[in-house]
Amino acid sequence: MGDLIRKTAVELSELMTSGEASAVEITQAHLDRIGAVDGAVHAFLHVDTEGALAQAAAVDKKRAAGEKLGPLAGVPLALKDVLTQDGIPTTAGSKMLEGWKPPYDATVVQRLKAAGVVILGKTNMDEFAMGSSTENSAYGTTHNPWDLNRIPGGSGGGSSAAISAYEAPLAIGTDTGGSIRQPGAFTGTVGVKPTYGGTSRYGLIALASSLDTPGPCARTTLDAALLHEVIAGYDKRDSTSINQPVPAVVDAARRADVAGLRIGVVKELGGEGYQPGVEARFHEAVELLTKLGAEVVEVSCPHFQYALPAYYLILPSEASSNLAKFDAMRYGLRVGDDGENSAERVMNLTREAGFGAEVKRRIMLGTHALSSGYYDAYYGQAQKVRTLIARDFEKAYEQVDVLVSPATPTTAFAIGDRVNDPIAMYKNDLCTIPSNLAGNAAASFPCGLADEDGMPVGFHVMAPVMRDELLYQVGGALEAALAEQWGGVLMSKAPELEVTR
Amino acid sequence: MTAAAVFAIEDALAQYDPVLGLEVHVELNTNSKMFCGCPTEFGAPPNTQTCPVCLGLPGALPVVNAKAVEAAIKIGLALNCEIAEWCRFARKNYFYPDMPKNFQTSQYDEPIAFDGWTEVVVDGETYRIEIERAHMEEDTGKSTHVGGATGRIHGASHSLVDYNRAGIPLIEIVTRTIEVAPEKAAAVARAYVSMLRDLLLALDVSDVRMDQGSLRCDANVSLKPHGSTVLGTRTETKNVNSFRSVERAVTYEITRQAAVLASGEKVLQETRHWHEDTGVTTSGREKSDADDYRYFPEPDLVPVAPSREWVEELRGTLPEAPSTRRVRLQEEWGFTDLEMRDVINGNALELVVGTVELGVSAAAAKKWWLGELARAANESGLELGSLGVGAAEVAEVQKLVDDGALNDKLARQVFDGLVKGEGTPAQIIEARGLALVSDDSALIEAIDRAIAANPDVVEKVNSGKPAAAGALIGAVMKDLRGQGDAAKVRELLDAKLGI
Repeated sequence: MGDLIRKTAVELSELMTSGEASAVEITQAHLDRIGAVDGAVHAFLHVDTEGALAQAAAVDKKRAAGEKLGPLAGVPLALKDVLTQDGIPTTAGSKMLEGWKPPYDATVVQRLKAAGVVILGKTNMDEFAMGSSTENSAYGTTHNPWDLNRIPGGSGGGSSAAISAYEAPLAIGTDTGGSIRQPGAFTGTVGVKPTYGGTSRYGLIALASSLDTPGPCARTTLDAALLHEVIAGYDKRDSTSINQPVPAVVDAARRADVAGLRIGVVKELGGEGYQPGVEARFHEAVELLTKLGAEVVEVSCPHFQYALPAYYLILPSEASSNLAKFDAMRYGLRVGDDGENSAERVMNLTREAGFGAEVKRRIMLGTHALSSGYYDAYYGQAQKVRTLIARDFEKAYEQVDVLVSPATPTTAFAIGDRVNDPIAMYKNDLCTIPSNLAGNAAASFPCGLADEDGMPVGFHVMAPVMRDELLYQVGGALEAALAEQWGGVLMSKAPELEVTR
Repeated sequence: MTAAAVFAIEDALAQYDPVLGLEVHVELNTNSKMFCGCPTEFGAPPNTQTCPVCLGLPGALPVVNAKAVEAAIKIGLALNCEIAEWCRFARKNYFYPDMPKNFQTSQYDEPIAFDGWTEVVVDGETYRIEIERAHMEEDTGKSTHVGGATGRIHGASHSLVDYNRAGIPLIEIVTRTIEVAPEKAAAVARAYVSMLRDLLLALDVSDVRMDQGSLRCDANVSLKPHGSTVLGTRTETKNVNSFRSVERAVTYEITRQAAVLASGEKVLQETRHWHEDTGVTTSGREKSDADDYRYFPEPDLVPVAPSREWVEELRGTLPEAPSTRRVRLQEEWGFTDLEMRDVINGNALELVVGTVELGVSAAAAKKWWLGELARAANESGLELGSLGVGAAEVAEVQKLVDDGALNDKLARQVFDGLVKGEGTPAQIIEARGLALVSDDSALIEAIDRAIAANPDVVEKVNSGKPAAAGALIGAVMKDLRGQGDAAKVRELLDAKLGI
């Protein structure tokens, strides 16, 4: 049976089908792993031991009864704490929601449950998904399993760390400016941001409504595709959901063929500010794809240079409005309610105590950017830039099928390194942000380790709206070719975690 | 609140021209809320008609109610508006305890309907009202302040919030500034709201129950000195909830602002509360230009783009325009202009229509509604429609008159009983003993008594003056306390006297 925690979701499913392992055994193995290593990694905010085992037992029962089950039934998963799960604490990494148990499931969660996926618990994240390092969580930093002194990326650091620490084979993240892909790159795992509207936002605690996209995190391309297929698809409860069939991502991941595919290297995403080891691995990956029959050209997207400032106006603007509901009146934290303070004062005291520094910074920025007299100069202008970026993509896709770049300019940095320099922190998302602004699909796949620090590098693939399958085609091909070179997947090169209890 | 003296309305209008702007909020009668599937029934126990969406729980998302969009388009078309080919919702960001998201999903610079007009009739004159826009939004919840004497937040020990109303679809209809002959301003305001009510009823898009808050009017009033072209500072009197109150509140604000201006002070730009009982407005929240709602397009919703085919289809379903309908009804009823105007000004049009539909002649329907019932409404300070007497009751009473069971005098007493809530017409007739006496023997006995008591009159009749018999009829009716069937008395008396 081997070491259950090191199996892929596909392998676990096979073990269950052949009767070599039960869902309960698999779930217990992962719960044990969490117990052993999460003290050091701190990927989880809440582990639902009882609930997970009950879900697993239900799957085993169905399997025993001969019921037909989906490909991921009985496979454990780690859920980013920004998605609501009925009766399970959901905090979005904030003190503001400490102890809140939502009375309803997010659509993504409903679909996971319907597919028999076992939800192990909720993973750590930057508060309200604001950050690129998971250092902004109100509940402590998550550590990168490759090097516990480094950050795992953000905001979905907990989800990516959970799968790279073998605490779960699958995880769900949400990507507003790169929060699935950047931690994916930093932890040597696969992270996919589906087309905006391809996965439902219902039940996702909003950061920036026009950008947020839930998506899969996994250790292999095929695992990610299988998870993608489970969670994606039209949802009538999300008005921005796209009413079209889910792209054939699983087929594409299996086919893993790039022969004849036209790949555009984005000229603007590289050069100055990019770590040499990152660029080296990226170019080797491009070479590899060329050898596999892809046609590679350089493509210019001139407006990408304005993506970061536009993003840092649109995001805080929407966030300032989305977070207004946290007023201490109906749920979550309440401070100063001693009968002496007015409701307004209680609200102020609660927000002072409940929101972290980064959240306050962005609320202030957004409130200012939307205020009368500044709207046109800031928010309005940023929306125009957004349109120009979308046009850059459209033009590029006239020449090529997909665009590629490094997923991040650098590898994972040390904990504490950029805490006091928000701009340096924001620059981490340089490559990932344009896809969020345009709403198209993008993913990060592991492409090796940087020479300087031995940390994982992410290969970034971008595809047109509702052409998510192209990501998996490229990712699958790259993964297969690299596995041949390395004699296994990149994750197998990760150092053993010291087990603490 | 300063106890500033209030001008007499005549004095105010002698110096200033009022400028009005009316914002009417209409709750739609859709089965579900604006952005979720929760029911919208009025009067349900608090917080029983809510879900994560209308409670604004973290993660919940709105989805537009297509029926509400349809109603908005119908209202827009009925007010001769343009219907947007593409419009969006926006977020209006402000804090209010009964607003779960702390922003209201509304429409800002892209309303679904805009640039329309309508007409109202006051004292036979037709006034054109320009409609700036009609836009969609969601209602807020409802706060109840407990423990204070006034029911207002000041002095209350705690507040309760009911979110059943949160998310109910609203249409806000906003006029451009209304500048009419000063002495007509308040009446035009009343007539406009009354006309909207008729229109919305005809469109079947709202229950328009002002007492339940499903139609609420915010009246903006400002004054400018005669001849001035510069608009004065306006106040916004919130949530006025009857036609009569609209007229009274506007009149009060004119007289109050005139007094403020005359004393050399400035009118504050503020919202004001209307007090039905005392007939005054008091200062609410001071509203400055610094109010910043930080509007931006609602990113959780896709734009609304009604197809032209749909809009034309809806146009085809619109009922007859009220003005056209009035011309038609006047013709059908054979009313003079003056009679028709009385009916309309008396807010009795729909009531007369309803009564005529039950088989009553237009003349009789008009007689009851504008006579007996209007007087009762006026005495009790109620709207004609909320007296507790409906078309069915009027038709029932009229039928009894037609059948000879009641005469007009008795009928009036039946109406009095109806207004006082004494039961059905039959119960009132029974309890008050109002049936008309048409039993021959009872009448003949009374006639005999009258003849016996008035030998001089009989003498006159016998001496060739049959007209003198009238005095005998009077005596008979008096004897029967007015409940004798007059025609029958005449017939029997004539036979007796051999006329």
